[in-house]
Order: sequence, then structure tokens, then C-alpha cells
Amino acid sequence: MEIFPPSFGLLRAALLTLMAIFVSSLSSAFPANAVSDEAIVAKRPPKLLSAFGFFADMALQVPANGVMPFAINTPLFSDKALKYRFVYLPDGEAAEFVADEAFEFPVGTALIKSFAFPADFRSPDENVQLIETRVLLRSEDGWNAWAYLWNDAQTDAELKIAGAKLTVETLTEGGAPLEIAYSVPNKNQCKGCHALNGEVVPIGPKARNLNGDFAYADGVRNQLEHWIAKGVLDGAPEPADIDAVPHAFDADAPLDARARAWLDVNCAHCHRREGPASNSGLFLTRGEKEPVALGIFKRPVAAGRGAGDREFDIKPGDPEGSILLYRVDSTEPGVMMPELGRSLPDPQAVELLRAWIAGMDG
Amino acid sequence: MFSVIRKRLVASNALLLSAVLVSATPSFAAELRVEPGEGANERLIEALILAEPGDTVTIAAGHYDLTDGLSLDVDNVTVRGEGADRTVLSFKGQTGAGEGLLVTSDKVILRDFAVEDTKGDGIKSKGSDEITFRDLRVEWTNGPHEQNGAYGVYPVSSKNVLIDSVLVRGASDAGIYVGQSKDIIVRNSTAEYNVAGIEIENSFRADVYGNTATHNTGGILIFDLPNLPVQGGHDIRVFDNDVMDNDTPNFAPEGNIVGIVPKGMGIMVMANRNVHVFGNRLSGNGTTHVLIAAYPNDYEDDNYMFVPRGVYVHDNEHGDGGFAPDGEVGKIITDVVGEPVPDIVWDGVTRIPEYFSWVSAENRIYISEPEGTSFANLKMISQMLLPWGWWPDTDIADYAGSLPEPEPVKLPQDGGA
Repeated sequence: MEIFPPSFGLLRAALLTLMAIFVSSLSSAFPANAVSDEAIVAKRPPKLLSAFGFFADMALQVPANGVMPFAINTPLFSDKALKYRFVYLPDGEAAEFVADEAFEFPVGTALIKSFAFPADFRSPDENVQLIETRVLLRSEDGWNAWAYLWNDAQTDAELKIAGAKLTVETLTEGGAPLEIAYSVPNKNQCKGCHALNGEVVPIGPKARNLNGDFAYADGVRNQLEHWIAKGVLDGAPEPADIDAVPHAFDADAPLDARARAWLDVNCAHCHRREGPASNSGLFLTRGEKEPVALGIFKRPVAAGRGAGDREFDIKPGDPEGSILLYRVDSTEPGVMMPELGRSLPDPQAVELLRAWIAGMDG
Repeated sequence: MFSVIRKRLVASNALLLSAVLVSATPSFAAELRVEPGEGANERLIEALILAEPGDTVTIAAGHYDLTDGLSLDVDNVTVRGEGADRTVLSFKGQTGAGEGLLVTSDKVILRDFAVEDTKGDGIKSKGSDEITFRDLRVEWTNGPHEQNGAYGVYPVSSKNVLIDSVLVRGASDAGIYVGQSKDIIVRNSTAEYNVAGIEIENSFRADVYGNTATHNTGGILIFDLPNLPVQGGHDIRVFDNDVMDNDTPNFAPEGNIVGIVPKGMGIMVMANRNVHVFGNRLSGNGTTHVLIAAYPNDYEDDNYMFVPRGVYVHDNEHGDGGFAPDGEVGKIITDVVGEPVPDIVWDGVTRIPEYFSWVSAENRIYISEPEGTSFANLKMISQMLLPWGWWPDTDIADYAGSLPEPEPVKLPQDGGA
């Protein structure tokens, strides 16, 4: 089985450090803290991403002072896009630790995620082009989600309320040409995943998914320890006492934990009791303990042809008889799951889930 | 410096909404008008996002070829076309999203347009309070086919649902499907050539009246299923509907519960509590006009009541029926009672403790139909327990009696409270 680099974060950070050195040698024109607190809490989002001041160098994704890069242990599959994640909290403020959900971030927080593709996945760190940057902004009224589409010159990104569709052309790890019909989500589609009881919320920055090492400019460190030391996370227990999900494709981790981590990140934002797919009765959060809710011998409710002539969401020991695998394996609208955020198959995930279901007692 | 990826913008929202903003007085409700033509998909998406509470989004007459699903998440917005045959949103070329239009906000009125050929469901509302579907058409234009989307008009986990004068054709599950919702009116609508015409599932307090359900596999289904966040469906009135000639072979993809429905089912009540079926006109339904049944599958759910409790069927008109019993259900019935199948069939399933004692008055099945209506209780528990000593009960008089009728459903958007 193909294994991801041991730490994608490590690679990223090395790159970031290099870029940071490069940038600081180039320019001291950037103010110490260029982030615009006003733009984050404004009623209307700015037209251009640059207005937030999140980056010391936008094209190179070098964060401004106070903007902290982070990675999550198991990421969402987004048509193979490389993702750069950052968080910004207003000066002196901290997020409140929450055990099982995203942290409670203070008003004025920004979560920033950039999506990019390399020209060739055989060298994913070279010739990387930014496609879009999504921001989640915490205002007094709650979170707002917006997507910014990068220009070809990579000088700035423009707000796209209605989303956008574009074609990305790259080469696969095997060197084959790959054309991706890439979707930048519209505002409502953002909420299609980022909704809890109908309110927009962050998904990624949960303790269990942040509890891992990150290579910061000054060395590798557990992210939660780093956040606590930086004073941006309050109320957290010792990271050793905090749940952690493995990387879904870390072959050394137990199969069940890997599969559950994958489902937690790729499905459970909708498939949970408080989520957009609550009516399905299929709940895939990491903490879910009820076998039927997890799909085991659960019959479909509103799947339509998504059921693929199969009787149960998960039929233990029989991956090909399981609706869950059928839908993750599909790229057909109306069948494929997740419904949003991908157009490509994710064979690694399919293999993982196939092995997981095959290993269940039938 | 990195321009190695050849990137092509297939579409963008460069067309500014201001161009379509036909505003009334400032700070008052505005009309956002969208015309067909170039970039209509993006302009529609944008209008539905930028609408403010109180606004109306008008979709001008014309044919819209859309590739991307639409969604509305703003409260108190009306989305209206210029007629269900004049404003046509076609999703034949859809590449994304699970449905044609998804509404997730409250106090929304959808009216006077058509949604055709979506890859998934037609028009869905999730978690909406006061949602109105009026004078709409949802259709799969190639007729019944298992590749069609599951539901046409599809409010789920919603409250105060009004469905009035819609037409749905070709859904591979249910044309009009109300799931896990509360306070519902479905009236004056037509459902044809779907697997199920109208289905009320795991819902509380529904009035279904003045509808026509014809040429479906089954006309009107009142179902309750296990393992769902909302279950224990109850207080349902199905009255004054025309349920006839439901004669389309079941084309639901396998695995879906609606796949059990035999061709020629009129009205089917499965599980649920306090269901009243009266004053309907039933004819030409080849399996049976009315079937009352328990949930047939294995399940694991301690909170689920798998048998119907308190069903009162009265004063319906029964025309020709039961002449072509279909499928497994048809066989189970005819094995017991032969052909033609009676107008009303109850599988007779009760819970085992009740089988050996009694069923309390409010939980019984009551039938009070015009002279000449035929009936059979299949007594399926006896079949199982006493294979040599049981017989079906066809004496309709044994089921005389009545249940107090639920109050009519009143909706705030329909002059009710």
C-alpha cells in the first residue's frame, strides 16, 4: 500500500521556513501584524483576499505575524488538492478547549485554508499553483464561510459568492495526465458541510485531529502543546490525555482506527445527529458506538439509486454488498459520497474501507 | 511564476447581480429577477445567496440548462417562476449536488416553476419551518426509470409543510415524500408514474387530501421506519383523494423499502399510529385498494413500534380492484385469500403478548365501509404459530367501530395558527 509522507506538515513547514527566510531577506516592508481585525468581523466580506492581510507573501503562502499554520492528522479528500491551513486569533485572545468538537474560537478568529495543485504529483512541492482560499470568519453573529478564487498571476484572490468551476490539469504520481473538474463551493455549499444544528461551524480544528506533530520554524512540536504554549488555547488537558486520530493511510495504525478516522473526517460533518444528513440515521462520528447508526445492517432510507441494489449500508464481511463502499467508490452525481468537494475517485480510501468491512465478522 | 497548471474558468460570477436587481423602495422587500441565457446557473445561485429576508427571487419564463444544484439558506424568501410549464429548470446536465434545489431556511415559498431530470432528488427542504411548495412541477421526462432521482418534492426534518397543487412524475422512490416532519398538508396535487405517489414517513400530524395518485406503483403510503432520529409517525388523515389505476411496475432500485410495494397498491399503511383513511375514491388498483401492514424486515431498535396502532378506514368508495395482485406481497395475500384480492387487507400482525391477550381499543384496526366492500385479515401471526389451525377472517363486521379523528392540521402560512 502506498504510504503518505510521514508528515505532510513536516514537509510543508520546511518549505515555509525556506520561504520565510527568502521573504524576510527580500523585504521588511510588511508591518509586524498586517492582519485586519476589521475585515474579519465586517458585515460584508472584502472583495479581495489581500484585504485581510493574512499573508506576508500571498503567492508563497507565508503567513503574516500572528497567523499560525497547522495541519490535521487525517484530512478531507478534495480531489487531491494540497491544502495549507492557518488560524488567526485576535491579539491576546485564546480558543477554549472542547473535547469532541471544534474548539470555541473567540470573535475575530479566522480559519484559513488554501487549496493548490502541483503541476506534477511526482514532485508535489514544485510548481504549485494556488486555486482557492477558503476562510471561516468568527463574527458576533457566528461563523461566516467564504471562498476566494486565485488569479492566474497568483497575486491575489477574488471573492466568489456563487462559487466557480474550473479545470485543473496536472500529472499523477504515475506521470499520467489528469484533468480535474474542480469546484469552488458557493456560500451555501460551504454550509452543506460546515453546519451543526443549522449553524456554520469549523470542522477541522478538533482536538483529536490536531493532536499530532507539526514542524514549526523553530522545530517539530505537538500542535496542541504549541497552541497552549502560545497562549491561544485555554482549558486543555495534557495532550497525552487527549484523543488522537491516526492518519487514515498510516499502515502502522490499527485498521479500525484508520477507517473510523477517515469516516469521521470525510463523512461525519454531515452524517451525525446534528448535521445536514441527520435524517439518514447514518452517523459516522468517531465516537459513534451504536452499530446500526454506524451503518452495520442498517437499511437505506432515502438513498434512491444511491443504494446500488444493496440492502445494507455496511454488510459485515461483504464490502461489495455494502452501500457505503458503493457510494464512496462512485463519482456519479446522485450516487457519490461525499456529495460535495470531489469529482475524482479516492482509491486509497476505497481500499481502506474495503479492508475494514471485509474484516468485520459477517 | 507558477502558471504551469492550465486553468480554465468554466464559469464565473462575473455577471453582477446588480444587473438583475429590480428593487422596490430601499430597505424594503426587493425583487431579484433572473432571466434565462448565458451564466443563468451562476446568476440563479447568486440570487438565492444574496437574497435578503422579505425578498422575492423571480425566475423568468424560459428553459434553463443547469449543471449545478441550487440552494437557498435565507429565511422569508419567495422563489417564484412564471408558471410550472413556462419556467423550466432542467438538470439533465447536472454534474454536482444531490438535488435540484435545496432549501435549509424558514418561511420559504417555492412556486410556479418546474424542475426536471435531476440526478438526485428534485426539490428538497431540510430542517425548514414554514415551507410551502405550490404550483410546482417536478418531473423525470424519460418516464419511470430506476436511474431517476428518488424523491420529487422532498421536505425532510421540517415543520409546517404545505404542499399544494404540485405535479410530480417519474420519481424512483416517492413523487411527494414528506419525511421526519411535523404538521403537514399535502393537497390538490397530482402524483403519477412514480414508485410511490405520495409518501408520509416517520411524520407527525399530516392531512393528505384532494390529491390524485394514479399510474404509480403504489398511490399513497403512510410508513414508519426504525433507526431514524424521528419515528413513531402518528395522527395522519388521508381523505378525499382519487387513488386509481396505480399500474406502473415497481422500478425502485433494490435495497429501498419502497421496493416492497407491489404494482397496483392503492393506499398502504405500515406501522404508524392513529391513521384515518376516509372518503377516498379507489379504483383500478390491481393488488388491493388498502393494505394495513407491519414493518416486514428485521431491525434492531427498542424504540420502534413495528405494527400499525389505531387505524380507522371508513366511507371510501371502492371500484374495481384486486384483479392483478403483484409481487411478493401479492403472492402472500393470494396464497391466503385467492383472487380477486379483497378491497382492504390487513396482515393481522400484532405483538405476541397482545396476540395472547388483547389489543386495547385505541390500538385496534377499525373498518366501516359501504355495503359490499370486501376485506381480509390474513392473521399472519396465527399462520406462523398455528400452521394447521387458522383461517383468514373476511368478516368485515368484526372490525366495526371508530376512533376519534385528529384535529385538522393548521399551518401558519395557510391562515392557521
